[in-house]
Amino acid sequence: MTPATGTPARPLRVAIIGAGPTGFYVADHLLRNAQVVVEVDMFDRLPTPFGLVRLGVAPDHQKIKFVTNAFDKVAANPRFRFYGGVEFGKDVTLADLKAHYHQIVYCTGAQTDRRMGIPGEDLSGSHPATEFVAWYNGHPDYRDCAFDLTQERVAVVGVGNVAVDVVRILCRTPEELATTDIADYALEALRKSRVKEVYLLGRRGPAQAAFTNPEVKELGELADADVTALPEEVELDPLSRAVVERGQDRATQKKVEILKEYARRQPTGKSRRLILRFLVSPVELVGDGAGGVAALRLVHNELYATSTGTLQPRATDRFEELPVGLVFRSVGYRGVPLPGVPFNESWGVILNDKGRVLDPDSKQPIVGEYTAGWIKRGPTGVIGTNKPDAAETVECMFEDLARGAVLEPARPEAAAAEALVRQRQPNYVSYADWLKLDAIEVARGRAQGRPRVKLTRVEEMLAALGR
Amino acid sequence: MNIANILARKGSMAVTVRPEQSIRDALALLERHNIGALIAVEGDRPVGILSERDIVREAAHNDAFFARLVADLMTRDVITGQPHDDLPSVAHTMTERRIRHLPVVDQGRLIGMVSIGDVVKAQRDHYQGEVDTLQTQLLADEGGRAR
Repeated sequence: MTPATGTPARPLRVAIIGAGPTGFYVADHLLRNAQVVVEVDMFDRLPTPFGLVRLGVAPDHQKIKFVTNAFDKVAANPRFRFYGGVEFGKDVTLADLKAHYHQIVYCTGAQTDRRMGIPGEDLSGSHPATEFVAWYNGHPDYRDCAFDLTQERVAVVGVGNVAVDVVRILCRTPEELATTDIADYALEALRKSRVKEVYLLGRRGPAQAAFTNPEVKELGELADADVTALPEEVELDPLSRAVVERGQDRATQKKVEILKEYARRQPTGKSRRLILRFLVSPVELVGDGAGGVAALRLVHNELYATSTGTLQPRATDRFEELPVGLVFRSVGYRGVPLPGVPFNESWGVILNDKGRVLDPDSKQPIVGEYTAGWIKRGPTGVIGTNKPDAAETVECMFEDLARGAVLEPARPEAAAAEALVRQRQPNYVSYADWLKLDAIEVARGRAQGRPRVKLTRVEEMLAALGR
Repeated sequence: MNIANILARKGSMAVTVRPEQSIRDALALLERHNIGALIAVEGDRPVGILSERDIVREAAHNDAFFARLVADLMTRDVITGQPHDDLPSVAHTMTERRIRHLPVVDQGRLIGMVSIGDVVKAQRDHYQGEVDTLQTQLLADEGGRAR
């Protein structure tokens, strides 16, 4: 008789696609279970783990990256393996995984940005903010991007944390950046930056801006950039005021106070100016006649309350032209469909119910396939929000195991999966390999007084591992 | 966080009923899907909402309530949400107006429903996530190193 799945003789074998925070939270919840013996293999298309913690979180926000200490502990479990540099759908297919695992969990995040859907969006000089972020963070796929930092005036569309990160990085001095783990080439490029004025553009008012108070305070403490705002735009409209007072929302009151103080500030002669704008939406990127951006045409918005009381922007008939030569858009993110995995186009996520992937026709769960994180619910929340989200998915996985609804792989042995990976991607990076790369990066950083100096090319990483 | 983030992980559409159907039919649907409210639709346009409370209210004084029609008992003045409505506003409105089920419409078309339970869970997860992230950063202050 075959032993039950999830016992020492026959562990529950799980493949996790994506080594970002959600992947680690899923692995952690799986491996913590005292009743079920689980083995986790985590795949990532990049050789390095940690997803957006390494490649999204701003280099001047090192503290946020400490969450990786917890991930190291997960990876230290002998029942955990990392297969870096192995791409789902290319190096290993869904059919391959179904032949080797009882359960598969997709944690691939939101890998693309939403477009603004306005004329001129594709002019050179108009970029998704995420490309700039991936570039300064040393993402191997984006390290060769180029941004025209000879422009003196830049607009960043959006007021989420990515937008705020981008304006901050644009306004920092080379000295400030030189103490971070920003990619070397980005540090050099930003050293030569001629950017003088940076605009952050929010479509709603200050009370609705997604940035947090620590984030907005940080903008007021930049070494060589004066922050300012327009008094009329940071003054709360009656609707926002009512919402803030009704909810006794101290944090938002404080945020508005900080912004009002910025609006009162006089320039102190710093080299750069950061202008925080609210209640404006771009309607067109105006070209310079040579394929570049000359200006951003903005419409002024007013707020109205929807039936649930949410304050949303509505365009007025007042327009304005903002001369800028470089534009970064950060107006939302979307998941990218995975080959063979049902996708919900409306929300840009994998079609799922509490993390169980659904068949698009029957709307019933597909046995053995799950999802967690941004590709499950959309891009929202902080890193830690993915922990309860992962817990919900893992709960479904154990429920399904208990009622026998798991895949029946022909080769459910760790060695068989390893042999498959080795055959398809001989240059895969294990967790032990990653720890070597990590040590190399940290050592390179120590010499320069930086947290690390990242390896930013896959070949460079493999060479460092003696391959 | 907004309503879209809640609907994204709910998979199923809202369960609907036609106004001319009987309360017997409606009860069967509530039981089969293990839910507390149905949205009455004409085409894909919501015209009312029928909750277990509406049925209880009728059953308390009418033994023949099974035969009544959804149209007779449903609430016609339905508050609806939109995908981009913020979670805090939705939570406030549902709490203050004692709404347990909020049909979600996009350009007049019904696209889903969120329950007060969904909203509470989303808020709890949001706060838990923030606490977790803040704790991580506090621990960082006490030493250790990052990747």
